[in-house]
Amino acid sequence: MSNITNRSLNEILESIKSKKISSLELTQAYIKNIENAKKLNAFVTTTFDQALENAKKFDNKPNNEQLLSGIPLAVKDLFCTENVKTTAGSNILNNFIPSYDSTVTKNLWDNGAFLLGKLNCDEFAMGSSNETSFFGNVINPVGNHLVPGGSSGGSSSALAADLTPATIGTDTGGSIRQPASFTGTVGLKPTYGLCSRWGIVAFASSLDQAGPMTKTVTDCAIMLEAMSGFDEKDSTSINKKKETYSKDLKDNIKGLKIGIPKEYRVDNMPKEIDELWEKGKKILKNLGAQLVDISLPHTKYALPTYYIVAPAEASSNLARYDGVRYGYRSQKGKDLIEMYENTRSEGFGDEVKRRILIGTYVLSSGYYDAYYLKAQKVRQLIKKDFDDSFMKVDAILTPSTPSSAFKIGEKTNDPVSMYLNDIFTVPVNLAGLPALSLPAGLDKQGHPLGLQLIGKALDEQKILNIGYAIEKNCGYKNKIKKWWS
Amino acid sequence: MSLDKEKIKHVAKLARISVDEAKVDSLTKDLNSIFKFIEQLNELNTDKVEPLTSILNQSLRSRKDEISDGKIREKILKNSPKKNEEFFVVPKVVE
Repeated sequence: MSNITNRSLNEILESIKSKKISSLELTQAYIKNIENAKKLNAFVTTTFDQALENAKKFDNKPNNEQLLSGIPLAVKDLFCTENVKTTAGSNILNNFIPSYDSTVTKNLWDNGAFLLGKLNCDEFAMGSSNETSFFGNVINPVGNHLVPGGSSGGSSSALAADLTPATIGTDTGGSIRQPASFTGTVGLKPTYGLCSRWGIVAFASSLDQAGPMTKTVTDCAIMLEAMSGFDEKDSTSINKKKETYSKDLKDNIKGLKIGIPKEYRVDNMPKEIDELWEKGKKILKNLGAQLVDISLPHTKYALPTYYIVAPAEASSNLARYDGVRYGYRSQKGKDLIEMYENTRSEGFGDEVKRRILIGTYVLSSGYYDAYYLKAQKVRQLIKKDFDDSFMKVDAILTPSTPSSAFKIGEKTNDPVSMYLNDIFTVPVNLAGLPALSLPAGLDKQGHPLGLQLIGKALDEQKILNIGYAIEKNCGYKNKIKKWWS
Repeated sequence: MSLDKEKIKHVAKLARISVDEAKVDSLTKDLNSIFKFIEQLNELNTDKVEPLTSILNQSLRSRKDEISDGKIREKILKNSPKKNEEFFVVPKVVE
């Protein structure tokens, strides 16, 4: 079967179930693509032998009743995988081999998928361009000079380049949606608590959520269904009945009220982003949805709030890297304290150190009230903005990012300009809400642009449905040429 | 407020990260630009706002006080950079 790898996950599943292709043939096709795509630097680790063995096992005894029957999947290297190195893009975990799987990856394997490899990402998921990884930049298949977004940049690059039929990422401030937007793919950040955080290398625990990254909205529904679910091992996991997102997907959005927040029209926003937003509104209106002007007045304070809350939590979470129990240990230093200091200095990269220092400072004695407590209060206001709006609307439509993919090196010398790229995605994490990014157009250079749909807590089905309707009507087609192989 | 080099060295000490003397200047510059950005929050009066401490409308569950795991010393020690058969090994801390 020619070109199976450029199909959607849903189409591939049909081919597997109708025996048009075997799991082994499928796996071999992806391995060939991966071997020809070294220039993208999307993979940190490949598990080809294990994947081929699992594919054969499936073919010998196929179980076609599962959501992901016989599907090889590469995942972000932030998810612990049993007996497979898990680095979080960091030197400090370069030798870490977990003896367990994260709950989310285990859910995928229990649904019939198996591991193809581990995908590059910003170090500890701290970055918006995949330039902070210890394992080097990832390249965007859209253009060899472009970043793939971050922190799930290996995931977005691999998906857009047909190196995996679908993938998963994590999103603390936009790390699924922004790379999806930069590569013309679909990404969903679920409601906080829908997907278990157990076994995922922690960044900022009150914001982190795992979610699917896929080629289509239907694929996104399938993946979300497979990976989500209550987990006793995560104290913030929500205990509720499992949804059947893919079966319930429908494109009838007549009568739905869609909020358009005026604060998302920011200064210096390229005209093309505004046009994309207009295009999205028009599609929804034509399909019978009602547009409602809303206000989220504290939007501009979301990023400053995030840059207190996230580093504070990170500085606590990353205290565990001490060179004693796992990970890298420096050979330098005359006593225990110096060993800690050298281990952490040599093991962490610059961005991670910067954020640990910010976090340590804002939590330190005498500064806690001025920074951390203040941020928690503003976070309340940001959440209340959304609560108030959702009294009036079913979902909110915004652009996903203030620009298309930027150039490698363009923002590395100015941390604040890098942070500003997450201006439309961060508020959602602070409020714990679900949000979907889907490709809806191209700028004049032919680079993909994404629209974001924000939903009420646990209302993933509705934003998937609206996304599905937009996808069918926006005429998006990616223009990626395989220049790398 | 602005962070000076001494303050940054102190915070680095608290965070157990040794900072290369040659990098202190650029680190000071970066952190100050970030704090300038963060301090926009001071425009807002939040005197009457309750801090948000949990995003979920539920309190954390407690579990039964039962042993559900154990006897995995080998697995736990497996990734340690320095160990003997039973323990993690660290540089000497007592004379």
